[in-house]
Amino acid sequence: MTLAQEPTALTFECETGNYHTFCPISCVAWLYQKIEDSFFLVIGTKTCGYFLQNAMGVMIFAEPRYAMAELEEGDISAQLNDYDELKRLCLQIKRDRNPSVIVWIGTCTTEIIKMDLEGLAPKLEAEIGIPIVTARANGLDYAFTQGEDTVLAAMAHKCPNKAPIAEEEKEERNAISKLLNFGRKKEETKVEDSKYINHPPLVLFGSLPDPVVTNLTLELKKQGIQVSGWLPSKRYTELPVIEEGYYVCGVNPFLSRTATTLMRRRKCKLIGAPFPIGPDGTRAWIEKICSVFGVEPKGLEEREAKIWESLEDYIKLIRGKSVFFMGDNLLEISLARFLIRCGMTCPEIGIPYMDKRYQKAELDLLEKTCKEMGVPVPKIVEKPDNYNQIQRINQLKPDLVITGMAHANPLEARGINTKWSVEFTFAQIHGFTNARDILELATRPMRRNNNLKELGWDKLVKEEAKV
Amino acid sequence: MKLAYWMYAGPAHIGTLRIASSFKNVHAIMHAPLGDDYFNVMRSMLERERNFTPVTASIVDRNVLARGSQEKVVDNITRKDQEENPDLIILTPTCTSSILQEDLQNFVDRAQIDSKGDVMLADVNHYRVNELQAADRTLHQVVEFYLNKARKKDELPEGKTEKPSVNIIGISTLGFHNQHDCTELKRLMSDLGIEVNEVIPEGASVHNLKNLPRAWFNLVPYRELGLMAARYLEQEFDMPYVDITPMGVVETARCIRKIQQILYDQGANVDYEEYINNQTLYVSQAAWFSRSIDCQNLTGKKAVVFGDNTHAAAMTKILAREMGIHVVLAGTYCKYDADWFKEQVGEYCDEILISDDNGEIGDAIARLEPAAIFGTQMERHVGKRLNIPCGVIAAPIHIQNFPIGYHPFLGYEGTNQVADLVYNSFTLGMEDHLLEIFGGHDTKEVITKGISADSDLNWNKEAQAELNKVPGFVRGKVKRNTEKFARERGIDEITLEVMYAAKEAVGA
Repeated sequence: MTLAQEPTALTFECETGNYHTFCPISCVAWLYQKIEDSFFLVIGTKTCGYFLQNAMGVMIFAEPRYAMAELEEGDISAQLNDYDELKRLCLQIKRDRNPSVIVWIGTCTTEIIKMDLEGLAPKLEAEIGIPIVTARANGLDYAFTQGEDTVLAAMAHKCPNKAPIAEEEKEERNAISKLLNFGRKKEETKVEDSKYINHPPLVLFGSLPDPVVTNLTLELKKQGIQVSGWLPSKRYTELPVIEEGYYVCGVNPFLSRTATTLMRRRKCKLIGAPFPIGPDGTRAWIEKICSVFGVEPKGLEEREAKIWESLEDYIKLIRGKSVFFMGDNLLEISLARFLIRCGMTCPEIGIPYMDKRYQKAELDLLEKTCKEMGVPVPKIVEKPDNYNQIQRINQLKPDLVITGMAHANPLEARGINTKWSVEFTFAQIHGFTNARDILELATRPMRRNNNLKELGWDKLVKEEAKV
Repeated sequence: MKLAYWMYAGPAHIGTLRIASSFKNVHAIMHAPLGDDYFNVMRSMLERERNFTPVTASIVDRNVLARGSQEKVVDNITRKDQEENPDLIILTPTCTSSILQEDLQNFVDRAQIDSKGDVMLADVNHYRVNELQAADRTLHQVVEFYLNKARKKDELPEGKTEKPSVNIIGISTLGFHNQHDCTELKRLMSDLGIEVNEVIPEGASVHNLKNLPRAWFNLVPYRELGLMAARYLEQEFDMPYVDITPMGVVETARCIRKIQQILYDQGANVDYEEYINNQTLYVSQAAWFSRSIDCQNLTGKKAVVFGDNTHAAAMTKILAREMGIHVVLAGTYCKYDADWFKEQVGEYCDEILISDDNGEIGDAIARLEPAAIFGTQMERHVGKRLNIPCGVIAAPIHIQNFPIGYHPFLGYEGTNQVADLVYNSFTLGMEDHLLEIFGGHDTKEVITKGISADSDLNWNKEAQAELNKVPGFVRGKVKRNTEKFARERGIDEITLEVMYAAKEAVGA
């Protein structure tokens, strides 16, 4: 390998878009759990319903707060009135579940028949007395996690403009921070409040499990930075106040519409930072936020070093190995950057959609990481073609392929280690504390194979089957 | 619009894809938006398939919406034709493409010009048929296509096979225990001295379809899949078919007798009576099980059955006719074929439920309070909530219903498997009695997590000896109940008296 052959600047390619990913309506599965008083109504066909039922597995049985409004032939041919039909179903939902918000998820079908959900919602909202949020999370426009982006962008419009009365509002927000410091006494909270430096309000966006929310909020608190609210919050009724001039920062790489909405419609200032995935990402994320507010970060370097130290047993397993991302959930850039920092090489990062502006800081960090680790920068392939990718995987023989479930078993049968990308979406991967969880996932195939390697059962398909 | 939390049968394209991916070297191209290819996930995960699922999507995106698919579908078909050389490419419409109303047949005709393999459009309407009906229709379509092709080229083989032979029609990918059933049916045919001519669609090559008419008859084990193809073959080639599902001892015998008659009519002098008798009485364990005292304890117990037509009907008959169990409700989600179901189970159950609304079934189960449920994964979860055991007998199913071990539902080994499933689903007879004696069913409060945790309570010698006499599998429960009783009353030594008092108190 000569230096000339190693690209030093990131290259972007775009293939055919024939790749496997989940439909963006899958976001209801984690959002209904996150927003406890919500009900998600997916307005679509049997195809959508069957997907949710199968992809979400057993979750469906826990009496979920989501359902299908299954369109029938009469709906398609407009023999039935959309408004009346939706009203009937929403009243039933109100009666059975009494949610604080109903989120309508528009699908491919509602797009094609041009059902005016955004127009119907305000009318129906007024009539039945429950807020209705409309998100077009369809497979015509979006992939997998982008579904959350469309829902949060719609919710951003619903965030209160201004607290009704300043006093009360402050009280309420204290209540939230009290919750976060559960167990501590009120007086203490007040004392700690004064430890925050004086900075404009900061609202973070992205749906994360509550323990991760607490964790990241405390991480910033250590730097004297107060998180005024999260979009989304635990309950719809607790959506954060967003006023003009507030600062916002994303925690996930797939939230570009939400970021745009917050900037353009709510006149917020976006802090463009790498995402808090991996200790390197978390540190860079905090540092960026600190720098915006003019804070000198304290103790981050030691903190990061300590985390890396504790990861060494896992890193040993992957150092010097290669990883190939087929691409399906938009976490790919951040994960690749972290794994390269762990000592891996990465020939290709497939990704459904690449917002170079929203992910700018993350891309810069990726490039910098490659330079510092002395490895070639990966080729970033937008809208990949899975068939072509499998040809490339056959040539490159990467040590690990991060891929969807459609390809995982067939690749394993051909002796290629895989990790399902979906698990990264559902696992807790943000912040310093959870770095270990990412590696727990990424190294699992290696650890499993170390256990089995004596057996000689690598390739379990008869002929080198053509793909 | 319909408010739906759960559906029993999938959308039409799933049926078409099940047929396409069952055949060897057939590729399906879905005209669908991103994310609709989750069929690949289901196949790869549920069936633990080692090979790539031969299904790709020709993506419908914003551009297609604006300008139509134009060359995209044709290009995707010809590209796949070159990449993988499939014998047949089936263009599969989805709900999305149904509304777009593009002329897919035209795409197929154009793609056929440049393709080495055959190209076909699956003739299914998304809003009219479900997964099962679509699978039936697609299989018929493929069979018809290749028989017509062979006829045109004059390649149809003449006459029948020398020995009696059969086509087994309807074994498919993602079918409930289909692989095991297929093995069992082949074994049954070989026992009967019948050659298996072709099995379709699973593992079949489209090139062999022209040989279908060489068989003496067709066997269609499942009501939902294969009948259309069998009827077509009857009409075109005068081939008789057997559509009696050989599930359960009585129905297996009925199926074999029907085969016997069909072969006899074609001049084979076969007599299977001795085989049936021998299997029923001495080889298969199910008939003996019905007679045994184990099964006696099941007499009159209440059960609810729900599933697809094939399995729910067969199961109802087995429970009622072969085991003396009281089927309080039998139901199916195959609404389109409800009359058949009613006719099949009418005399074997109190009540019939035809519905694909899981709420309705859940409510019926709650109302009837059966001792066991035989249903789909959905009913299993209803059972969990209501604390009623459930044996899974039909799709929709999860990965645990694709066992690696041999578990047919059909044929004589199938009768054994079903007997086990039934027996294990009900609370075992002896345990049932003992639980009744010692204080009812599962107590919700658990004192210690371990089964036989050391406790601070002191059992005296006599009480300990008495406890040891209680059969092992309920001993822990008796111990817990007694200790709980003693704790509540502040007793710190357990004597025989305390033990009996506990038994009385808990029993009361």
